[in-house]
Amino acid sequence: MTVPVDAGRRRIEELLEQHEGQVLRRWFEIAGAMSGGHVDRGGAAVPFGEIYQALRRSLGDSHDGSDLRGLLADLSRSRARQGFTPSETANVVFGLKEAVYEIAEADGSPEALRGFVWFSRIVDDHGLFTFETYAAARERIISDQAEQLLELSTPVVKLWEGIVAVPLIGTLDSARTQVVMEKLLQMLVETGSEHAVIDITGVPAVDTQVAQHLLKTVVAARLMGAECVISGIRPQIAHTIVTLGIEFGDIVTKASLADALAHALRQSGVEFVKGRGRRVTVRTEEN
Amino acid sequence: MDRVPVLKLGDLLIVSIQIDLQDQSVLALQEDLADKVVETGARGVIIDITAVEIVDSFIGRMLSTIASITRMLDAETIVVGMRPAVAITLVELGLSLGGVRTALNLEKGVALLNHLDGARAVTAR
Repeated sequence: MTVPVDAGRRRIEELLEQHEGQVLRRWFEIAGAMSGGHVDRGGAAVPFGEIYQALRRSLGDSHDGSDLRGLLADLSRSRARQGFTPSETANVVFGLKEAVYEIAEADGSPEALRGFVWFSRIVDDHGLFTFETYAAARERIISDQAEQLLELSTPVVKLWEGIVAVPLIGTLDSARTQVVMEKLLQMLVETGSEHAVIDITGVPAVDTQVAQHLLKTVVAARLMGAECVISGIRPQIAHTIVTLGIEFGDIVTKASLADALAHALRQSGVEFVKGRGRRVTVRTEEN
Repeated sequence: MDRVPVLKLGDLLIVSIQIDLQDQSVLALQEDLADKVVETGARGVIIDITAVEIVDSFIGRMLSTIASITRMLDAETIVVGMRPAVAITLVELGLSLGGVRTALNLEKGVALLNHLDGARAVTAR
C-alpha cells in the first residue's frame, strides 16, 4: 500500500470516528429513502449502529471482518425472508458511501477524498457480499418450499381395510411421480393393502410422460401383488389420452373416486347392507 | 454355491430366498423346483423374496421362467413380498413379469392360491 493511500485511509478512519453521529443519521435517512417507501420497515430493522461499529473494527488494525460479515449476513437473510428486493437490501449498505462522502467533501482535504475512494471500494465489497448472501438465502427458501410442497402434495390415505388412495394434486413430473410411487408402494407393504386407487382429479393435464409414470406405478404395484385403479379422469383428459394414443391396457380406470372405491370393495368381496333388512349388494360378478 | 431350500407344506412348495441371488443359484433353484413339483405333485409354489434387496434383469426373467415351468407341471407360482425398491427397479428395467402372479406377503399368497383352486373347481363343475 502506497503512502498517500495510507494517509487517506487514516484520515477516513479519523473522520468516521469524529462524525459518527452525523454519518449514522445521514445513513439512516439515505437508506430509508432508498428502500422506496418502506422507510419504517426498512429503517427500523437495520442495526445501523452495530454495523457501523463492526465496520470500524474491520477497518482498524485488527482487520477482523467476521463480526461485520455476520451482521450483514443476518441482515440480508432476514430481508430475503421479508420479501425485500436484492437492490433494496444492497442499497442499505451502499447508503453508507453517500453519507461518508458528504463528510469527506466537507473535510475537503485531498487525503480525505483519496481515502474515500479506498473506503468506497470496501463498502462495494460488503455490498456485493450482502447480495450473495441474499441470493443464497432466497435459494434456500425456494428449495425448502419445493421440498415441503413435495411432502404436502403426496399423501397416501387409507380408504378401507386393504384399500389405500393417493389423491394427486398439481402437475406431475418425474421427481414427484418417483416420490408418489415410492410412498404408495411403501404404504401397500405397511398396511398390507391389496388395492390402491390413484385419483388424478387434481392433475390439470395428462401427457404421454405423465401417463407413462402412472403406468409404471401401476405395474410396480402389480409386481408387489396389489391392484391399482386410476380414477378421477375428466372428460377432457380422457379425450387427450385417446387422442395421444396412450394404451392403458388392462388397467382399470374409473370416472370418480367413488366408483373406484366401489370397484375396489367389490374386488375385495365387501358387501353393503342398506337400511333395515333392505339388502343392497354392491357385489355383482366374481371374476 | 448356496442352494436355496425348497420347503413342502401340505400341497404347497415354499421357497424363501434369504441369500443374495447369484445367477448359478437361481438356475439351480429352477431345476430343484421342477424336480420337487413333479415329486410331490404340488398344486402351488410360493417364492418369498421379502429378504431380496437387489434384482437384475436375469433374475427377473428367471422368475418368469420358473412360473412358466411350474405352470406346465400344473402348479401355480406366486411371488410374494417384493420390496418397493425391487418393484421399481424391475419396472425401470422394463420387466413386468408377465404370467407371474404376485401377492403382498406369504399369507396373502396362500390365500390367493386357495382362491385360485376354488375357482378352478368351480369352472370344472
